[in-house]
Amino acid sequence: MTDLATEGALASPARAIEAAQSVWSLRWRRFRHHRAGIASLAILALLVLFCLSAYPLERYLNLDSNATDLLSRYDPPSATHWLGTDEGGRDELLRLMYGGQISLLVGLLATVIGGGIGVSLGLVAGYFGGRLDSFLMRLTDGVIALPLLPLLIVLAALDLTKLGFSSEFAHSGAAGFWRIVVIIALVDWTAIARLVRAATLSVKERDYILAARASGAGALYVMATHVLPNIVTPIIVALTLTVGRVILFESVLSFLGFGIVPPTPSWGNMLNNAQELVTTAPALAIYPGLLIFITVIAVNFLGDGMQHAFDPRSERR
Amino acid sequence: MLAFTLRRMGQTLVVLLVMSFIIYGLIGLMPGDPIDIMAASMPGVTPEVVAKLRAIYGLDQPLMLRYWRWLMAALQGDLGFSRTHSQPVLEVLMPALWQTCKLMISSFVLSVIAALILGVVSALRPGGFVDSFVSLFAFAGISVPVFWLALVLILTFAVALHWLPASGMTNVGDGGFMDQVRHLTLPVLTLMLANTGQFTRYVRAAMIETLRMDFVRTAWAKGAGAWRVVIVHALRNALIPVVTIMALSFGTLFSGALVTETMFAQQGMGKMIYDSILSNDFNLALSGLLFATLITLLSNLAADLAYGWLDPRIALK
Repeated sequence: MTDLATEGALASPARAIEAAQSVWSLRWRRFRHHRAGIASLAILALLVLFCLSAYPLERYLNLDSNATDLLSRYDPPSATHWLGTDEGGRDELLRLMYGGQISLLVGLLATVIGGGIGVSLGLVAGYFGGRLDSFLMRLTDGVIALPLLPLLIVLAALDLTKLGFSSEFAHSGAAGFWRIVVIIALVDWTAIARLVRAATLSVKERDYILAARASGAGALYVMATHVLPNIVTPIIVALTLTVGRVILFESVLSFLGFGIVPPTPSWGNMLNNAQELVTTAPALAIYPGLLIFITVIAVNFLGDGMQHAFDPRSERR
Repeated sequence: MLAFTLRRMGQTLVVLLVMSFIIYGLIGLMPGDPIDIMAASMPGVTPEVVAKLRAIYGLDQPLMLRYWRWLMAALQGDLGFSRTHSQPVLEVLMPALWQTCKLMISSFVLSVIAALILGVVSALRPGGFVDSFVSLFAFAGISVPVFWLALVLILTFAVALHWLPASGMTNVGDGGFMDQVRHLTLPVLTLMLANTGQFTRYVRAAMIETLRMDFVRTAWAKGAGAWRVVIVHALRNALIPVVTIMALSFGTLFSGALVTETMFAQQGMGKMIYDSILSNDFNLALSGLLFATLITLLSNLAADLAYGWLDPRIALK
């Protein structure tokens, strides 16, 4: 850290640019010392690799992950079925891999959409202030006060045709997938909105913003080029933690039968018949949940590590 | 303080009213309506009769009017009739509410106690061995899917060890106090483990901050014993934000309670809402959701009032 500072001070213009870019390399250095964070990053990379290898493995083992075979239900692990088969005689390992793709994808997409809602509302509330701010913050408080899971169940059970969607769309697999993404995004934007509002309030009176406004920059331009880049750090951390929460929401909704619709697997809906699994095939009741658990705990430790690395006040750890 | 209390109560009422309208509207968007269900059980019914039935029950009226009628009836204590239970909604709701209160309050109290112990112990030596261990436990608690935790506990304590019953509320022909306690043990343990993680993090953060303060150093310097400094001086002060945030999270326990009750077949509010949505019991679902919202709102109100009472500066704002 010390040699970086001296380097920056003595630097030629070209070196100065390098030093300016090195905020992220500095953060990376600090992150590397957060053992749990590094381990989580490695685990997440392995999990993604694991899920993406579904198709190659399917070809290699010459299996079809969707083909049911009622004669080989709950087969024990074998050379063809490495983790055995499920209640439909389908390969458990392949379904875990494909299910993971769905669960992770829902986690990322809902975070991006919910994050988008939260960032926009927070920016607008913080930047403009006044009545708009108090209205948006009351709205946020209202959503926070809701019992989320029952509400998500109701939203998942809504009849899309009553909302004006065509009947074929409402019953298609794509609608089932996007419905989950959208409803989770609709309830899980409040933490981001509050955070962005607070951060916006703290930067909006700074001189560089006043200068930009004085030279005639519009509100949208100032928000996009001056406010957002300066508050992006806490947003990244919060978004990371949101991914973990969203994966948990998706899994519990799918588990309760209101999420991803079988036969499309997700880590949640693979436990739909958990009551039966507990007595007939306990291992199958463990695997999907264990993967969710590992994913979410890794995501949370990653967020924690980033928080330490991004916060200049935190020393070591 | 009185003005603050009254204002917060007023706000709570307004939010409840707004929520009742939103939930009423959402329930109306669920698949099918009561008349469809009635018609399905009457073979040979003509569309004219169906239309006439709609008119008799007022289902052809605009949403606002139907909501107004429902609200007026609800204010007089008439929440309608539960289709699946063939009983007035209130008579189904009350025992379920009591069951959920038992589950939520006992697991809440237990997690608060566990979190206070774990949080204080880990804050004494941040970064130490005990702290790392408690941190891992806390992260695990935040990251675990509640339904899977329940599954693991069922597999361990009910299926493998046969110590405790896996589901239900009483054994047939028993139903004494100890029998009820045995049936509640695993659900309470599940919900408690899932919440202790977050609570521990609150206590740890608040304690670390408080232990750094000058008055704590003064207490050490005066030669006060370790127990006295940590518990009497530091913990008492750290408790102010902790009490508030814990009370705020009481409402969020409801989502966990829904999953836990479903997993362990406990006839509480969560399972009742879940079942009523699955079986299109609109009146029951509507009232259940409203009561769940009410629980959350009341715990938020209690948290705010407690905070205003513990820290009088808040009430003045």
